[in-house]
Amino acid sequence: MASAPSSNDTDSGVGLHLPDTTRELVKILVAGPFGVGKTTLIDSVSEIRPLHTEEHLTEASVSVDDLAGVRDKTTTTVAIDFGRISLDAGIVLYLFGTPGQERFRSLWADIAHGALGALVLVDTRRIDDSFDVLGLVEESGLPYAVALNTFPDARSYTADQLRGSLDLEPGTPMVVCDARDTNSSIDALLSLVQHLIAGHAEGAGPQYGDPVTW
Amino acid sequence: MTGRRSGRPLVPAYLSTGGVARPANTELERLSLLTGGTGTAPDGLPAARHALFDVLDGGTLTLVEAAALLELPVSAVRVLAAELAEQGLVSLRAPVPQAALPAPDLLKRVADGLRALKQ
Repeated sequence: MASAPSSNDTDSGVGLHLPDTTRELVKILVAGPFGVGKTTLIDSVSEIRPLHTEEHLTEASVSVDDLAGVRDKTTTTVAIDFGRISLDAGIVLYLFGTPGQERFRSLWADIAHGALGALVLVDTRRIDDSFDVLGLVEESGLPYAVALNTFPDARSYTADQLRGSLDLEPGTPMVVCDARDTNSSIDALLSLVQHLIAGHAEGAGPQYGDPVTW
Repeated sequence: MTGRRSGRPLVPAYLSTGGVARPANTELERLSLLTGGTGTAPDGLPAARHALFDVLDGGTLTLVEAAALLELPVSAVRVLAAELAEQGLVSLRAPVPQAALPAPDLLKRVADGLRALKQ
Protein backbone atom coordinates (compact mmCIF):
# COMPACT_ATOMS: atom_id res chain seq x y z
CA MET A 1 0.00 0.00 0.00
CA ALA A 2 2.83 2.37 0.78
CA SER A 3 4.78 2.04 -2.41
CA ALA A 4 4.44 4.23 -5.45
CA PRO A 5 2.97 2.75 -8.61
CA SER A 6 5.63 0.79 -10.37
CA SER A 7 3.87 -1.09 -13.18
CA ASN A 8 6.05 0.59 -15.78
CA ASP A 9 7.97 3.77 -16.39
CA THR A 10 5.14 5.71 -17.95
CA ASP A 11 2.98 5.12 -14.90
CA SER A 12 5.51 6.39 -12.38
CA GLY A 13 6.31 9.99 -11.68
CA VAL A 14 9.67 9.59 -13.36
CA GLY A 15 9.66 11.32 -16.72
CA LEU A 16 6.57 13.30 -15.84
CA HIS A 17 8.30 15.62 -13.40
CA LEU A 18 8.15 19.24 -14.43
CA PRO A 19 11.47 20.95 -15.12
CA ASP A 20 12.76 23.54 -12.66
CA THR A 21 12.36 26.15 -15.40
CA THR A 22 8.55 25.85 -15.21
CA ARG A 23 7.22 29.30 -14.44
CA GLU A 24 3.57 29.40 -15.42
CA LEU A 25 0.99 26.67 -15.83
CA VAL A 26 -2.07 27.49 -17.85
CA LYS A 27 -5.15 25.51 -18.74
CA ILE A 28 -7.50 25.29 -21.68
CA LEU A 29 -10.61 23.13 -21.65
CA VAL A 30 -11.30 20.91 -24.64
CA ALA A 31 -15.03 20.55 -24.26
CA GLY A 32 -17.62 18.52 -26.07
CA PRO A 33 -19.97 15.57 -25.92
CA PHE A 34 -18.77 11.98 -25.62
CA GLY A 35 -17.17 10.63 -28.78
CA VAL A 36 -16.52 14.00 -30.40
CA GLY A 37 -12.73 13.56 -30.35
CA LYS A 38 -11.58 15.44 -27.24
CA THR A 39 -9.01 12.85 -26.24
CA THR A 40 -7.90 12.48 -29.85
CA LEU A 41 -7.18 16.19 -30.06
CA ILE A 42 -5.39 16.22 -26.70
CA ASP A 43 -3.32 13.19 -27.71
CA SER A 44 -2.36 14.81 -31.02
CA VAL A 45 -0.60 17.71 -29.26
CA SER A 46 0.28 16.40 -25.79
CA GLU A 47 3.90 15.63 -24.95
CA ILE A 48 2.76 12.97 -22.50
CA ARG A 49 0.38 10.10 -23.09
CA PRO A 50 -2.89 11.60 -21.87
CA LEU A 51 -3.57 10.81 -18.22
CA HIS A 52 -6.93 10.73 -16.53
CA THR A 53 -8.49 11.20 -13.15
CA GLU A 54 -11.64 9.46 -12.02
CA GLU A 55 -14.10 12.05 -10.81
CA HIS A 56 -17.07 11.25 -8.61
CA LEU A 57 -19.95 13.31 -9.82
CA THR A 58 -21.26 13.72 -6.30
CA GLU A 59 -17.83 14.36 -4.83
CA ALA A 60 -18.55 17.91 -3.76
CA SER A 61 -21.45 16.93 -1.56
CA VAL A 62 -20.39 13.59 -0.11
CA SER A 63 -17.94 13.33 2.77
CA VAL A 64 -15.33 10.62 2.93
CA ASP A 65 -17.14 9.05 5.87
CA ASP A 66 -20.30 8.85 3.81
CA LEU A 67 -18.39 7.23 0.99
CA ALA A 68 -17.13 4.55 3.35
CA GLY A 69 -20.73 3.61 4.06
CA VAL A 70 -21.83 3.47 0.46
CA ARG A 71 -18.78 1.99 -1.16
CA ASP A 72 -20.62 -1.12 -2.23
CA LYS A 73 -23.17 0.93 -4.08
CA THR A 74 -22.67 2.09 -7.61
CA THR A 75 -21.08 5.51 -7.68
CA THR A 76 -21.21 7.53 -10.87
CA THR A 77 -17.73 8.41 -11.98
CA VAL A 78 -16.38 9.95 -15.12
CA ALA A 79 -12.81 9.85 -16.39
CA ILE A 80 -11.38 13.27 -17.16
CA ASP A 81 -8.48 13.04 -19.62
CA PHE A 82 -5.75 15.61 -19.72
CA GLY A 83 -2.49 16.23 -21.51
CA ARG A 84 0.21 18.83 -21.42
CA ILE A 85 2.44 20.81 -23.77
CA SER A 86 5.64 22.56 -22.69
CA LEU A 87 5.91 25.86 -24.52
CA ASP A 88 8.85 28.24 -24.69
CA ALA A 89 9.69 30.54 -21.81
CA GLY A 90 8.68 28.19 -19.03
CA ILE A 91 4.97 28.01 -19.85
CA VAL A 92 3.27 24.63 -19.58
CA LEU A 93 -0.16 24.36 -21.19
CA TYR A 94 -2.59 21.75 -19.88
CA LEU A 95 -5.54 20.57 -21.92
CA PHE A 96 -8.49 19.08 -20.04
CA GLY A 97 -11.08 17.05 -21.90
CA THR A 98 -14.33 18.17 -20.38
CA PRO A 99 -17.62 16.38 -21.02
CA GLY A 100 -20.52 18.61 -21.86
CA GLN A 101 -23.58 17.04 -20.34
CA GLU A 102 -25.69 19.05 -17.99
CA ARG A 103 -25.16 16.49 -15.21
CA PHE A 104 -21.48 17.42 -15.10
CA ARG A 105 -22.27 20.98 -14.05
CA SER A 106 -20.54 20.83 -10.64
CA LEU A 107 -17.47 19.21 -12.14
CA TRP A 108 -17.35 21.94 -14.78
CA ALA A 109 -17.01 24.69 -12.24
CA ASP A 110 -14.08 22.93 -10.64
CA ILE A 111 -12.23 22.14 -13.85
CA ALA A 112 -12.94 25.55 -15.41
CA HIS A 113 -11.47 27.38 -12.40
CA GLY A 114 -8.54 29.41 -13.64
CA ALA A 115 -8.83 28.26 -17.27
CA LEU A 116 -7.84 30.66 -20.04
CA GLY A 117 -10.74 29.54 -22.21
CA ALA A 118 -12.43 26.60 -23.87
CA LEU A 119 -12.16 24.98 -27.27
CA VAL A 120 -15.58 23.45 -27.96
CA LEU A 121 -15.40 20.47 -30.29
CA VAL A 122 -18.48 19.88 -32.43
CA ASP A 123 -19.36 16.86 -34.56
CA THR A 124 -21.47 18.20 -37.42
CA ARG A 125 -23.30 14.87 -37.66
CA ARG A 126 -24.59 15.39 -34.14
CA ILE A 127 -24.96 19.10 -33.68
CA ASP A 128 -27.71 18.73 -31.09
CA ASP A 129 -25.26 16.94 -28.77
CA SER A 130 -23.29 20.17 -28.45
CA PHE A 131 -26.08 22.37 -27.13
CA ASP A 132 -25.51 21.33 -23.50
CA VAL A 133 -21.79 22.04 -23.62
CA LEU A 134 -22.29 25.42 -25.24
CA GLY A 135 -24.77 26.25 -22.50
CA LEU A 136 -22.32 25.24 -19.78
CA VAL A 137 -19.40 27.12 -21.28
CA GLU A 138 -21.44 30.29 -21.69
CA GLU A 139 -22.70 29.97 -18.15
CA SER A 140 -19.14 29.59 -16.86
CA GLY A 141 -18.18 32.89 -18.50
CA LEU A 142 -15.17 31.29 -20.18
CA PRO A 143 -14.33 32.73 -23.60
CA TYR A 144 -14.43 30.01 -26.23
CA ALA A 145 -13.87 29.06 -29.83
CA VAL A 146 -15.65 26.31 -31.77
CA ALA A 147 -13.75 23.65 -33.67
CA LEU A 148 -15.69 21.46 -36.09
CA ASN A 149 -14.04 18.06 -35.94
CA THR A 150 -14.20 16.62 -39.42
CA PHE A 151 -15.61 13.18 -40.02
CA PRO A 152 -15.65 11.72 -43.53
CA ASP A 153 -19.34 10.88 -43.59
CA ALA A 154 -20.55 14.26 -42.38
CA ARG A 155 -22.78 16.16 -44.77
CA SER A 156 -21.60 19.64 -45.53
CA TYR A 157 -23.20 22.76 -44.17
CA THR A 158 -22.34 26.36 -44.83
CA ALA A 159 -20.62 28.27 -42.06
CA ASP A 160 -23.72 30.42 -41.71
CA GLN A 161 -25.96 27.40 -41.29
CA LEU A 162 -23.70 26.01 -38.56
CA ARG A 163 -23.37 29.35 -36.78
CA GLY A 164 -27.13 29.63 -36.85
CA SER A 165 -27.65 26.10 -35.54
CA LEU A 166 -25.14 26.61 -32.74
CA ASP A 167 -26.40 30.15 -32.05
CA LEU A 168 -22.88 31.57 -32.03
CA GLU A 169 -22.10 35.23 -31.47
CA PRO A 170 -20.57 36.89 -34.56
CA GLY A 171 -17.21 37.30 -32.76
CA THR A 172 -16.90 33.66 -31.72
CA PRO A 173 -14.27 31.90 -33.84
CA MET A 174 -15.41 28.76 -35.68
CA VAL A 175 -12.77 26.67 -37.41
CA VAL A 176 -12.61 23.28 -39.08
CA CYS A 177 -10.24 20.84 -37.44
CA ASP A 178 -8.97 17.30 -37.84
CA ALA A 179 -8.39 16.28 -34.24
CA ARG A 180 -6.02 13.50 -35.32
CA ASP A 181 -3.65 15.98 -36.93
CA THR A 182 -1.16 17.81 -34.71
CA ASN A 183 -0.95 20.96 -36.81
CA SER A 184 -4.69 21.12 -37.26
CA SER A 185 -5.23 20.78 -33.51
CA ILE A 186 -2.63 23.48 -32.83
CA ASP A 187 -4.37 25.77 -35.32
CA ALA A 188 -7.67 25.25 -33.52
CA LEU A 189 -6.03 26.10 -30.18
CA LEU A 190 -4.40 29.14 -31.79
CA SER A 191 -7.78 30.40 -33.00
CA LEU A 192 -8.93 30.32 -29.39
CA VAL A 193 -5.82 32.03 -28.03
CA GLN A 194 -6.03 34.75 -30.70
CA HIS A 195 -9.64 35.27 -29.66
CA LEU A 196 -8.51 35.66 -26.04
CA ILE A 197 -5.86 38.19 -27.05
CA ALA A 198 -8.42 40.14 -29.08
CA GLY A 199 -10.77 40.07 -26.10
CA HIS A 200 -8.06 41.62 -23.96
CA ALA A 201 -7.50 44.34 -26.51
CA GLU A 202 -11.20 45.19 -26.34
CA GLY A 203 -11.07 45.35 -22.57
CA ALA A 204 -13.35 42.36 -22.15
CA GLY A 205 -10.63 40.02 -21.07
CA PRO A 206 -11.07 36.37 -20.23
CA GLN A 207 -11.94 35.43 -16.72
CA TYR A 208 -9.28 33.73 -14.69
CA GLY A 209 -11.36 32.74 -11.72
CA ASP A 210 -10.65 33.80 -8.19
CA PRO A 211 -7.11 34.84 -7.30
CA VAL A 212 -5.00 32.26 -5.58
CA THR A 213 -3.76 33.77 -2.39
CA TRP A 214 -1.50 31.30 -0.66
CA MET B 1 -13.11 9.41 -22.01
CA THR B 2 -10.88 6.55 -23.01
CA GLY B 3 -8.08 4.78 -21.23
CA ARG B 4 -9.97 3.77 -18.14
CA ARG B 5 -7.70 2.15 -15.66
CA SER B 6 -7.66 -1.52 -15.04
CA GLY B 7 -7.25 -3.05 -11.62
CA ARG B 8 -7.82 -1.47 -8.25
CA PRO B 9 -6.40 1.81 -7.06
CA LEU B 10 -3.42 1.74 -4.77
CA VAL B 11 -5.36 3.26 -1.92
CA PRO B 12 -9.16 3.23 -1.85
CA ALA B 13 -10.47 6.77 -1.97
CA TYR B 14 -12.50 6.38 1.19
CA LEU B 15 -9.43 5.31 3.15
CA SER B 16 -6.84 7.56 1.58
CA THR B 17 -7.38 10.64 3.68
CA GLY B 18 -7.97 8.94 7.02
CA GLY B 19 -11.51 10.25 7.10
CA VAL B 20 -10.71 13.89 6.43
CA ALA B 21 -13.06 15.24 3.80
CA ARG B 22 -11.82 18.79 3.42
CA PRO B 23 -8.28 20.08 3.16
CA ALA B 24 -7.24 22.83 5.53
CA ASN B 25 -5.88 24.65 2.52
CA THR B 26 -8.82 25.07 0.15
CA GLU B 27 -6.87 27.04 -2.43
CA LEU B 28 -5.22 23.98 -3.93
CA GLU B 29 -6.32 23.54 -7.51
CA ARG B 30 -5.66 21.01 -10.23
CA LEU B 31 -2.58 22.77 -11.52
CA SER B 32 -1.08 23.66 -8.13
CA LEU B 33 2.54 22.59 -8.10
CA LEU B 34 3.64 20.05 -5.52
CA THR B 35 7.36 19.66 -4.91
CA GLY B 36 8.44 16.75 -2.78
CA GLY B 37 11.09 16.93 -0.11
CA THR B 38 14.29 15.04 -0.64
CA GLY B 39 15.32 12.02 1.36
CA THR B 40 13.10 9.32 2.73
CA ALA B 41 9.66 9.70 4.21
CA PRO B 42 9.54 9.74 8.02
CA ASP B 43 8.57 6.55 9.81
CA GLY B 44 4.90 6.17 10.51
CA LEU B 45 3.70 8.34 7.65
CA PRO B 46 0.21 7.10 6.70
CA ALA B 47 0.19 4.98 3.55
CA ALA B 48 -1.61 7.43 1.26
CA ARG B 49 0.61 10.35 2.26
CA HIS B 50 3.60 8.07 1.83
CA ALA B 51 2.43 7.18 -1.68
CA LEU B 52 2.14 10.85 -2.62
CA PHE B 53 5.57 11.60 -1.15
CA ASP B 54 7.00 8.70 -3.16
CA VAL B 55 5.38 9.64 -6.44
CA LEU B 56 6.82 13.16 -6.15
CA ASP B 57 10.23 11.59 -5.57
CA GLY B 58 11.82 14.92 -4.72
CA GLY B 59 10.56 16.48 -7.96
CA THR B 60 7.60 18.58 -9.02
CA LEU B 61 4.20 17.46 -10.34
CA THR B 62 0.87 19.19 -10.61
CA LEU B 63 -1.79 18.04 -8.20
CA VAL B 64 -3.85 16.53 -11.03
CA GLU B 65 -0.86 14.57 -12.33
CA ALA B 66 -0.20 13.16 -8.87
CA ALA B 67 -3.88 12.21 -8.61
CA ALA B 68 -3.79 10.44 -11.98
CA LEU B 69 -0.62 8.53 -11.09
CA LEU B 70 -1.94 7.50 -7.67
CA GLU B 71 -5.39 6.70 -9.10
CA LEU B 72 -6.99 8.82 -6.42
CA PRO B 73 -9.64 11.52 -6.79
CA VAL B 74 -8.35 15.07 -7.07
CA SER B 75 -10.23 15.93 -3.88
CA ALA B 76 -8.36 13.26 -1.92
CA VAL B 77 -4.97 14.43 -3.18
CA ARG B 78 -5.87 17.99 -2.17
CA VAL B 79 -6.21 16.73 1.39
CA LEU B 80 -3.01 14.68 1.28
CA ALA B 81 -0.97 17.50 -0.24
CA ALA B 82 -2.19 19.98 2.36
CA GLU B 83 -1.27 17.55 5.14
CA LEU B 84 2.20 16.89 3.72
CA ALA B 85 2.72 20.64 3.33
CA GLU B 86 1.81 21.17 6.99
CA GLN B 87 4.41 18.58 7.89
CA GLY B 88 6.98 20.39 5.76
CA LEU B 89 7.38 17.39 3.46
CA VAL B 90 5.92 19.04 0.35
CA SER B 91 6.06 22.61 -0.84
CA LEU B 92 3.13 24.14 -2.73
CA ARG B 93 3.03 26.76 -5.44
CA ALA B 94 0.22 28.39 -7.36
CA PRO B 95 0.16 27.65 -11.11
CA VAL B 96 0.57 31.26 -12.20
CA PRO B 97 2.26 34.00 -10.17
CA GLN B 98 -0.24 36.71 -9.25
CA ALA B 99 1.91 39.32 -10.97
CA ALA B 100 1.25 37.59 -14.31
CA LEU B 101 -2.55 38.13 -14.12
CA PRO B 102 -4.35 39.50 -16.00
CA ALA B 103 -2.09 38.53 -18.74
CA PRO B 104 -2.18 39.79 -22.31
CA ASP B 105 1.56 39.15 -22.38
CA LEU B 106 1.04 35.61 -21.09
CA LEU B 107 -1.53 34.95 -23.83
CA LYS B 108 0.84 36.24 -26.49
CA ARG B 109 3.56 33.95 -25.20
CA VAL B 110 1.14 31.00 -25.28
CA ALA B 111 0.29 31.84 -28.91
CA ASP B 112 3.97 32.15 -29.84
CA GLY B 113 4.73 28.87 -28.09
CA LEU B 114 1.96 27.05 -29.97
CA ARG B 115 3.11 28.46 -33.31
CA ALA B 116 6.62 27.22 -32.58
CA LEU B 117 5.27 23.67 -32.21
CA LYS B 118 3.83 23.49 -35.69
CA GLN B 119 5.67 21.08 -37.95
